[in-house]
Amino acid sequence: MRDTIRFLKNGEVVELDSVGPTETLLDYLRLRRRETGTKEGCGEGDCGACTVALGRLVGGKMVYQPVNSCIQLLGMIDGAELVTVEDLASDQRLHPVQKAMVDLHGSQCGFCTPGFIMTLFTLYHAEEKQKSRKTVTEWLAGNLCRCTGYRPIVDAALEACFDAADDAFTWRANETRQKLQDLADSRDVYLGDSNGFFASPSTLDGLAALYAQHPDATIVAGATDVALWVTKNLAELPKIIWLGRIEELDRVEETGSGVLIGATATYAATEAAMTRIETSLGALWKRIGSKQVRASGTIGGNIANGSPIGDTPPALIALGATLELHSADGSRALPLEDFFLEYGKQDRRDGEFVTGLFVPGLSANQVFRCYKISKRFDQDISAVMAGFRFALSDGVITEARIAYGGMAGTPKRAATAEAALAGASLEDPATWGAAMQGLISDFTPMTDMRASSAYRMETARALLAKALMEISGTAPEDVNVLIKREVDHDRAA
Amino acid sequence: MTAPLDQAAMQPPLKTVCKALAHDSAEKHVTGTAAYIDDMVEPTGTLHVVPGWIRQAVRGEVTALDLDDVRQSPGVVAVLTAADVPGTNDCSSAFGDDPVLADGDILFHGQVAFAVVAETRDQARRAAKKVKAEVTSIPPVLTQEDAVAAETTVLPDYQFRRGSPETGMNASQEIVSGSLRIGGQEHFYLEGQIAMAVPQEDGGMLVYSSTQHPTEIQHTVAKVLGVPDALVTAEVRRMGGGFGGKESQANQWASLAALAAHATGRACKIRLDRDDDMIMTGKRHDFRVDWKIGHDGTGKIRAVDMEFLSRCGYSVDLSLGVNDRTLFHADSSYFYPDAVIRSRRLKTDTVSNTAFRGFGGPQGMLAAERMIDAIAIKLGKDPLEIRKLNFYDGERNQTPFGMPVEEYEVMHHLIGQLEESSAYWQRREDVSAFNAENAVLKKGLALTPVKFGISFTLKHLNQAGALVHLYTDGSVHLNHGGTEMGQGLYQKVAQVVAEEFGITLDKVRITATNTSKVPNTGPTAASSGTDLNAMAAKLAAQEIKARITAFLCEQHQCGAEAIHFGDNKVIIGDQSFTLSEIAKQAHMARIQLSHAGFYATPGITWDRDTATGRPFYYFAFGGACAEVTIDTMTGEMTVDRVDILHDVGHSLNPAIDLGQIEGGFVQGMGWLTTEELVWDAQGRLRTHAPSTYKIPTASDIPEEFHVRLYEGTGNPQETIYRSKAVGEPPVMLANAVFCAITDAVASLAPGEVPDLDAPATPEAIMKAVHGMRARKAGQ
Repeated sequence: MRDTIRFLKNGEVVELDSVGPTETLLDYLRLRRRETGTKEGCGEGDCGACTVALGRLVGGKMVYQPVNSCIQLLGMIDGAELVTVEDLASDQRLHPVQKAMVDLHGSQCGFCTPGFIMTLFTLYHAEEKQKSRKTVTEWLAGNLCRCTGYRPIVDAALEACFDAADDAFTWRANETRQKLQDLADSRDVYLGDSNGFFASPSTLDGLAALYAQHPDATIVAGATDVALWVTKNLAELPKIIWLGRIEELDRVEETGSGVLIGATATYAATEAAMTRIETSLGALWKRIGSKQVRASGTIGGNIANGSPIGDTPPALIALGATLELHSADGSRALPLEDFFLEYGKQDRRDGEFVTGLFVPGLSANQVFRCYKISKRFDQDISAVMAGFRFALSDGVITEARIAYGGMAGTPKRAATAEAALAGASLEDPATWGAAMQGLISDFTPMTDMRASSAYRMETARALLAKALMEISGTAPEDVNVLIKREVDHDRAA
Repeated sequence: MTAPLDQAAMQPPLKTVCKALAHDSAEKHVTGTAAYIDDMVEPTGTLHVVPGWIRQAVRGEVTALDLDDVRQSPGVVAVLTAADVPGTNDCSSAFGDDPVLADGDILFHGQVAFAVVAETRDQARRAAKKVKAEVTSIPPVLTQEDAVAAETTVLPDYQFRRGSPETGMNASQEIVSGSLRIGGQEHFYLEGQIAMAVPQEDGGMLVYSSTQHPTEIQHTVAKVLGVPDALVTAEVRRMGGGFGGKESQANQWASLAALAAHATGRACKIRLDRDDDMIMTGKRHDFRVDWKIGHDGTGKIRAVDMEFLSRCGYSVDLSLGVNDRTLFHADSSYFYPDAVIRSRRLKTDTVSNTAFRGFGGPQGMLAAERMIDAIAIKLGKDPLEIRKLNFYDGERNQTPFGMPVEEYEVMHHLIGQLEESSAYWQRREDVSAFNAENAVLKKGLALTPVKFGISFTLKHLNQAGALVHLYTDGSVHLNHGGTEMGQGLYQKVAQVVAEEFGITLDKVRITATNTSKVPNTGPTAASSGTDLNAMAAKLAAQEIKARITAFLCEQHQCGAEAIHFGDNKVIIGDQSFTLSEIAKQAHMARIQLSHAGFYATPGITWDRDTATGRPFYYFAFGGACAEVTIDTMTGEMTVDRVDILHDVGHSLNPAIDLGQIEGGFVQGMGWLTTEELVWDAQGRLRTHAPSTYKIPTASDIPEEFHVRLYEGTGNPQETIYRSKAVGEPPVMLANAVFCAITDAVASLAPGEVPDLDAPATPEAIMKAVHGMRARKAGQ
């Protein structure tokens, strides 16, 4: 048992024995350390002004990822190297990304700038990146700037971030690696007492035992949602159990039949495997939250919190994913769609927690498409999310799995439409009509700030039509404006 | 002594102005060392203030307000209500109708009813949620239609009238009419509203405020505390964005911080949570515009009848000037022979709408572009043809308010150049070909002009002061009434002062705007910051130079023409001195090395009662060409390419000006596309955080984005180095995007005008698409 958290900052190990269960990393930086370079813009992980970099060893290599410090619980940085905007310039010399931002006039009011600098710092250190505007805008999707219109920032990124990294962090990389290895231990972390604590067990059994003892505790994986309960609603969450130190949960295994995703595997960690299942699934993954959110947020969390507008469940349900749950009493698995009972209610018993997800791959006769409709292309919550999997035999649909988000209180399958499509011919759009009509009986969507009920219904039908048109090849050359954008942006700058 | 040469030779090459230099704080921005108010070292014992509100209330009388639980909450030092205001409970700019703390009635959802002062901000936030209150429920007036029906306005109706629109309409060959809804816009400055008040002796107050208008902060705090203006000092070094949202809207928070500091005797800081900020502060006015336009059958406008129904919110705030500016720009760049342009300033039970970059102008111009689009669509002509046909020219150059558009040739040249550089006509063919081949995706193209009047239409605001000191080591202290919100004002003014003294920029110390250094200033607004303050600073520097020159002439028995300031030196005949040496000599000779410069814009007149005069010193021009693709199955849209040519006169700093143009355009594009403010049927704003309110991100900027400064002969008026103001005009370049979307939708049913409202969200586009399909079916 360890009753401190430890991390690296500026080459020094910092050890804290007093950490509030829901104390945010941003508050720690600004209020406790009085390091005010990192800014609070929104307190909900949507603007990126508070972005810092966390460096961790992944397969022996240093990987820096951007995170929103306003929704990162302080305890969650245990074992990482924390890099903030104050740490980049050395010996009065600007870091290459800082210099490029100055040279290319990338700041105006400057308030968002430290966040941009830190995201660019992680891009600077990223491996396997293609020099293109698309790469840059994908990295910057989580940083809002209201002054510049982004052009000079994107140019600064293109200027600074695509040569081999050569900065103080690469110079002392060996030393950093050694220090992080020294920090890595397999002890359970527990700060506080039985009335209030930040705990991070290192084994599944330890987790089950602790959760059984404290079924009122809040389980946290990436905190990209739970932290909002704190920053926005001022929720009192005295008992926090963070899953981040349980190695068994942090896995992405591609088997012959599909992908096993552990509960703490992040969107970032699963992107490649999802893309290998199907291209539009990979494209969807890139539009979930932002680089910051995908670095912290987990598929397990996206499912476990049961949001009706979660981006991943409709696609995963259409693919036939199954969920694994675990408690001190044992494990069970269930089809993902059965987990969502009603708005705000999931089939999760006391003391039970999500351990993972199995996503079957596509068999030779199956095709898949998914679509996300939102007001803004990047980093927006979907108004409508749709996933389609069709099994085909000689141009006839033998089985359809269709699931939507944003259409009901939970992510939900379109049973009537699915049934109506069985036997439909890809070549004969007249045979699709019943399924289109079926959606009307399958759903009664709500009106909210993202879209009206009528638009949601209409778009749900349009997306089904789009999927069928694309798959059947009866569509005009391109029918998807956003996929077109993806292609356009692939051009190297 | 050299004989005077011709004017050009007398003019030494410019060393510091007209250069693309980095923002003065650029290095501090990128290293995180630029201090905003929340980053300042807090005085010992600083308390934190959080505004409290009654979440269930929209409009009604407060019949019970129980703050006991709030007071007993951990860390709470004081809880303030209207009864705790020692002076006047009002933070309005002029009209006396904005209570700092609600007094008896709740006037809109989110109105501040009390304020919690606690040891930490977290404690204050938690305490504020513990209020118990009962408020009667009066059915709120929410929409333009509600307000028209209830006959509620914040100000009397107003109009511009020119010629006889009735006769003109009768004489028209064709009349087109329609109605356009234009949404509001949240400023979304990245740094939210914030102020810190530090009590001074004798009841004085020092207030740090993130404000575009320090003088108004000073006056408001003095009024609220009931002390003379001279006891209050307001200061701001920089804002993390303003965009008009900190012109009047900073007053309330500075007042609350000052009230708390007054009540507790301790320094007090208030920083709004993002949701509170978006719920409690005003936004760009949203409009319904009902329009009718008559033309001669070829598209040449004969008469115009427009009515602007503006949702002002619960109080006047800046709605007078904002809605006047809508009328001033309802002509866009087009000559209206006969016109009536009406404005109704509707009162609704919603947050009071306020200044936002463009100040009402963008809405006026967008309506004009819709009318032109409609004429073109009905005639089956290209909208650009109709635009050019109606441009102001040598004969037809009077605006509806009687001011001539003297620089109409600049407008013609600029649009002509853009037409060519954007390959408009070639791309028009490409777009038509694309649309003929594609059933689902449709492209649209538009090229629209910008003509924006520069000056405050409230004449007395067109003045500025600057304070310049030359120290005896040759360094210069610069201060002026303008505020820095990211637009690069401080840098531009510093460049001007460095140029004047012939010194390098590192010798000029830029200092925070402070009401005790330069008093009685106007807001940094109306794009006028540089025009006014750089001129005042230049005059101050010139005066100091003149005194030194006179002293040196006497001492060296030479004429002024023998003395040159340059390269941090003063050249006297064949002798060279450092500026420091000369400053010391002048000081020893008891020459005053400090001066307060003052500038007032010349030649502007405006008689609001007769709606005539010359309210603007000059116009700034620009043009944008946008190409978009829409998906007619889902309403999704991408902006594929944008070409911009913009007139800033002779640029004081091309890098900063380019930044203003690009940033303004993207902000305008957000307003017209993804930024949707949604109120529910009860009158509660549902989009009060970036999770639900979507400003553009990096991937929303067009892949092809060509932005250039127009190379002309400079401002014909004697502005600072013949430059032109650049803050607001670029916002309206984004009209091209909206018109291009209109064009794409219009391709679905030739001859029909799309019923597309702003913002053109996917849903709004689908609504317009449906309308077109229905009308095509009916054709």
